[in-house]
Amino acid sequence: MGKPENITTPDENGRFGDFGGRYVAETLMPPILELEKAYEEAKADPTFQAELDDFFNHYVGRPSPLYFAERLTEFADGAKIYFKRDELNHTGAHKINNCMGQILLAKRMGKSRIIAETGAGQHGVATATVAARFGLKCIVYMGATDIVRQKPNVFRMRLLGAEVRAVHSGTATLKDAMNEALRDWVTNVGDTFYCIGTVAGPHPYPAMVRDFQAIIGREAKAQILDREGRLPDAVVACIGGGSNAMGLFHDFVPETSVRLIGVEAAGRGVDSGLHAASLTGGTPGVLHGNRTYLLQDEDGQIKDAHSISAGLDYPGIGPEHAHLHDIGRAEYVSATDDEALHWFQECARLEGILPALEPSHALPRTVDLAKELGKDGLIIMNMCGRGDKDVFTIADALGEHISEGTEGTK
Amino acid sequence: MTHRIDTVFTNRKAKGQAAFVAYIMGGDPDRKTSQQVLNALPSHGVDIIELGMPFTDPAADGPTIEEAGLRSLAAGTTLTTILEMATEFRKNNDTTPLIIMGYCNPVHHMGYANFAKAAKEAGIDGAIIVDLPPEEDAGLRDAFEVHDLALIRLATPTTDEARLPRVVEGTKGFVYYVSMTGITGAAFSQAGSVTEQVAKVRKASGLPVVVGFGVKTPERAAEVAKDADGVVVGSAIVKELHENGAEAALALVKTLANATHGA
Repeated sequence: MGKPENITTPDENGRFGDFGGRYVAETLMPPILELEKAYEEAKADPTFQAELDDFFNHYVGRPSPLYFAERLTEFADGAKIYFKRDELNHTGAHKINNCMGQILLAKRMGKSRIIAETGAGQHGVATATVAARFGLKCIVYMGATDIVRQKPNVFRMRLLGAEVRAVHSGTATLKDAMNEALRDWVTNVGDTFYCIGTVAGPHPYPAMVRDFQAIIGREAKAQILDREGRLPDAVVACIGGGSNAMGLFHDFVPETSVRLIGVEAAGRGVDSGLHAASLTGGTPGVLHGNRTYLLQDEDGQIKDAHSISAGLDYPGIGPEHAHLHDIGRAEYVSATDDEALHWFQECARLEGILPALEPSHALPRTVDLAKELGKDGLIIMNMCGRGDKDVFTIADALGEHISEGTEGTK
Repeated sequence: MTHRIDTVFTNRKAKGQAAFVAYIMGGDPDRKTSQQVLNALPSHGVDIIELGMPFTDPAADGPTIEEAGLRSLAAGTTLTTILEMATEFRKNNDTTPLIIMGYCNPVHHMGYANFAKAAKEAGIDGAIIVDLPPEEDAGLRDAFEVHDLALIRLATPTTDEARLPRVVEGTKGFVYYVSMTGITGAAFSQAGSVTEQVAKVRKASGLPVVVGFGVKTPERAAEVAKDADGVVVGSAIVKELHENGAEAALALVKTLANATHGA
C-alpha cells in the first residue's frame, strides 16, 4: 500500500496518509466496496457529470457568486476579502452540492431508500429536498437534543416528505444520529443508500463528498482569476466535519502559494474542554468508519463536542483534513462561540448578510488574516450557509425573546 | 492462546454437541456484580465467554448492549478494568476461553502492542473487534501473533463467496457468523435455517463456526445448535441481568446452555 503521489488522492485502502480507511462492521464492507465501484464508474461517465452539472445550474443555482465584501474589507483595513456565496444555494447552504451528487448516484445504483444523519438540520433538509425531487423515500436521523434546538428545520424536512427519527441514545446529538444511521444501514443494506453529510465516514465517502463539494473551489478559482487576475493568498473556511472547507480547498491544494486555513469551533475556549476543535484539541483515533483526529478521553472514549453552532458540534474531522494538518499543507485555527456571535452581528451590519453560525466562526480569523496580509493581500472566505436557521439561537444567546410560533416554520 | 478454544470445540464435538457462548458487558451495572456473573458463567454451562468492553459509540449494537455499555462507563469502567476482571476470573479458572469483544478506538488508544501484551497477561484468549474488518486489522493481528492470541473475524450474510476467503484467512480459534443483517439484539427476522451458510464458512475456514445475533430463546438456541459448532447469546442475557439481577441472568444462562448442549 504505497503512498499516493498526489496528496489529494486516497490510496487503494482509502487512506490519506495515516488517516481514513474503512473501519466498519463486516456487514457493511461489501456495500461500501459496491459504492466505491459505482462511484468510480459514475465519476468516469460524462452523462453522469452532465446530469449533475445541469442540476447544479438549474436546481441548486450554481455558480454561486464570488462577492467582494467591500465594507468588511474597509473595516479590517487590510487584505481584500471576498465571500464565496454558497449560502445562496437552494436550501441555504453548501450541503445540497453533496446531496445532489450522492442521490443521483443512489438513483443510478437503483436504491429506493435514502437515509441521512443531521446535526443542525441543514444536511437533513438538503437530503430531504433532493430525495423529494426524485421521489425517493427519505429517513433522517437526528439527535433528540438537536430536534429541540432546530425545530424549524425538523418541520421543513417533514414538509419535504421525509421521516425524521429522533435519536435518544448516547448524547442525542450528531454523533449519535450517525451511529443510528449506521445501524439502519446495516439492517437494510439491500435497498438503502446512506447519504453522509460530510467528508468523513468510511472510504469512499471522504473523497466522494469532497469531489461533489469541489465545485465550490473550482468556481472560486476561476472567478478570482477573472476578477483579480491572480490566485488568492489564502482561502478560509469553517470546519465541523469539514465538507465546505474541503470543497473550497480542493482545487487550491496543488497551488502551494495559496494558504489553506480551516477554522474549528472553540466553543467556550479550547482550554475549557468545552469545544469542538478536533485538530486543535484532539488526538488520532477511530470513529464512524475512519481514522482521524477525535475528541476523546484518556481511555479512548469519545468526548462530547461543544459549540453554539449545531453544525460544528461533532467530535471528529474528515481524514483528509487530518492529513493536510499533519503534512503542514493546511493551517487549522479556531474561534469561540463569543467570537462567532460577535462576527455574525458585524457581518449583518456591514454587509447585509446574515451568515450561518458555522461561517461566522471563519469571519474573525479572516479579519485577523486580512490585517496580517495588509493591503496587497487577497482572501476568499467560504460563506457556506445563511443564518436564518440560527436566529432563535442567536436571540437566545443575546437574551432576546422572539416568538417561535410565527417565524419558526419559515 | 487458541488451545483453550480448540479444547472446548474438540470436547463438545466428541459428545455431538455445540458449544454455548455467552456475552456479558464488562462492568455492567458495576464491577462487583459483573465480576460475580463472569466468575459464575462456567458453572452455569458456558463453554466460551465473550466479555464486552464498553464504548461510547457502539454503532453495530442495539439499545440493550449500548445502554449496558453506557451504564458500565458511568460506573467508571475502563479498558484496564476489563483486563483486571479477566485476571480475577483466571485466578479460579484456567480452562474456559475468554474472548474480549468491542470496538477499535479504546484498543487503538491503548496501542495494539500494549493491548496484546496486557490481554495475554490477563489470561485472555482472543478478541472480536467489531469495526476492524480484514482490510484494517493487520496492525492488531501482528500484535496478537506475537502473543499467540486469536483475532476472531466475523462473516455475515453480505459476505459473498468471492469475499469469504479473505475474511477467514488468518482467522484463529473460530469464525463468528452473524446470522442476520442488523444490529445485536434485533428481532430474528430471517428465522430460517443457517445450515448452508455455516457449512460454507466452515469449509472456507476449516474452523468451528459459532452463530450469533438474534438468538434469544432456548428454542432458537437448540435450533441453531443443530447446524453450528457454537451458539452465542448476548442481548438476552444482558437484558435479564439489567431487569432481574444476577441470579435471574445466570438461571437464563443455564437454560440456554442446556438447550444448546441438548440439541
